[in-house]
Amino acid sequence: MVKLNTRNIKRENETAVGYLNNLDEGQTENMENGYSEVKVEGLNFFYGSKQALFNVDIMVEEKGVAALIGPSGCGKSTFLRVLNRMNDLIPGTRLEGRVTVHGEDIYDPATDVVKLRKKVGMVFQQPNPFPKSIFDNIAYGPRIDGQKNKAVLSEIVEESLKGAALWDEVKDRLHEPALALSGGQQQRLCIARALAVQPRILLMDEPTSAIDPIATQRIEDLIRDLCTDYTIIIVTHNMQQAARISDNTGFFLQGEMVEWGKTSQLFTKPEDQRTEDYITGRFG
Amino acid sequence: MKTDLVIEKPSSKAHGEWRKMELAGYWALRFTLVLVLFILGVIVFDIVSKGAGVINWEFLSQPPRVGMTEGGIFPAIVGTFYVTLITIAFAVPLGVGAAIYLNEYAVQGRFTRLVRMSLRNLAGVPSIVFGLFGMAVFVKFFGFGPSLIAAGFTLGLLTLPVTVTAAEEALITVPRAYRAGSFALGATRWQVVRTVVLPRALPGILTGTILGLARAAGETAPILATGAAFFLPHLPDSIRSQFMALPYHLFIMATQHHSISQVRPIAYGTALVLLLLVCILNLAAVLLRKRYRDRVAKGL
Ligand SMILES: Nc1ncnc2c1ncn2[C@@H]1O[C@H](COP(=O)(O)OP(=O)(O)OP(=O)(O)O)[C@@H](O)[C@H]1O
Ligand SMILES: [Mg+2]
Repeated sequence: MVKLNTRNIKRENETAVGYLNNLDEGQTENMENGYSEVKVEGLNFFYGSKQALFNVDIMVEEKGVAALIGPSGCGKSTFLRVLNRMNDLIPGTRLEGRVTVHGEDIYDPATDVVKLRKKVGMVFQQPNPFPKSIFDNIAYGPRIDGQKNKAVLSEIVEESLKGAALWDEVKDRLHEPALALSGGQQQRLCIARALAVQPRILLMDEPTSAIDPIATQRIEDLIRDLCTDYTIIIVTHNMQQAARISDNTGFFLQGEMVEWGKTSQLFTKPEDQRTEDYITGRFG
Repeated sequence: MKTDLVIEKPSSKAHGEWRKMELAGYWALRFTLVLVLFILGVIVFDIVSKGAGVINWEFLSQPPRVGMTEGGIFPAIVGTFYVTLITIAFAVPLGVGAAIYLNEYAVQGRFTRLVRMSLRNLAGVPSIVFGLFGMAVFVKFFGFGPSLIAAGFTLGLLTLPVTVTAAEEALITVPRAYRAGSFALGATRWQVVRTVVLPRALPGILTGTILGLARAAGETAPILATGAAFFLPHLPDSIRSQFMALPYHLFIMATQHHSISQVRPIAYGTALVLLLLVCILNLAAVLLRKRYRDRVAKGL
């Protein structure tokens, strides 16, 4: 316990750059060899008459971790919700531009939103397990999809929990309430719940901001594991975290995507003065 | 969550002028509470002491006899039971459905505000007005005649504002994060409602509905002109039959009977049965709410 704790504090204290040098090897292999998993062109987004995103362009490659950073209120969450159309649920929102996921225009009137959200999973800032058992939480997605076979469901639950590195901790209490888990476990449960519907992309909106440092580290490790199979787009307030876990980083400021590029590049040699000011803590 | 207010008696060690004021206020307010409790106690005592004597198995299981001066109130109990069932069948699906639409589907705005305001006002409409409306619409227009169904629907209308409001309150307490989590997993709106929102809101909906029903079961005015009968020699045999009902029977025995003083004990017995019925319904609501709280605390 104590040992883990000191290790974690050390991690927090190390500079972002130190991490990147370690991560750089081998991390680039996922890039450039696929087509765009997510491609956004000329995106403007409005809440009523208030514009929240301005002319955002971005191309996210398959697999790996993309981090979105920027000061509070700059539109990171808004952008993330554009990608699985969760903004549709907020009345009075409007969007201009083109957003494609795996080549498909997701704002085409013919798009099946339900299918899209199965393909593009989401993990929220506050862990939000349903007030149901652990098993029923994970089986939720497959069940609404019509899966009734007990054996199949059990297998999906086990696989998903293993995928989210939670299986060993909960395998003997699958039928206990999910809300009895710790915050960090709940967040991994939410990740497992998202994995159970077999998404290609996982959106995470500050998934560690509501949990303690040790649990945070477990989730960061998990994200690194998952990114070999999934494309992960994560919003974070913690720049060290972005540096530690991401392959690419986007910097948002007041609804604009100021800079988007390789994490190593962005944190060491930012092209834009505003990015540099932000990552060196001159404002934010 | 509810915060507990701890009201302390002002310390007698306190100094200054304000102390007298504070003490006077304390005792005056305390007195009003005692007075309220006293009045309630007198009412309950009056009904129980005068009604308990007549309640026995015969009173509960026999029809009135000898010009309603003897016998029991069995048909009135059965009638109230039947009409309440019809009220449930009418008000619960309609009220819960409307609340679900209003809270989960409708775009919140001027229209939903208007609907909510109308509902709140409807809840304040005197029950005799509902009775009049029920007579015009169910008895006459739909041609049900004076019947269980006409009276049940009228009582259903009466409880509708309560049911919708209670159901809406229960729906609102379901955290938004559950809905978001469900939508994000690719659930349709109906799936979100059915699998996440309703299971969580159902106990609250039922609690509110039962309280509404308890009120409806004791109403006289709405059934007066829609189906309740002064006296019937046999039990209702279809939803088109007229029926006897506890509150109406009480009204008759208390004000319309040819020898009121002679049947006074029967009136009190009827009042007590009605009171017990309402108590049982309220108790059911309380127990349900407690079970629901326990379940929420356990996270299931
Ligand atoms: N539901 C909404 N209705 C209206 N405006 C909104 C809504 N959600 C966000 N906004 C506005 O859009 C802008 C971007 O908000 P957003 O939540 O995307 O920022 P963020 O970068 O995620 O901030 P934070 O880091 O604090 O989470 C803000 O100005 C915010 O006030
Ligand atoms: Mg945000």
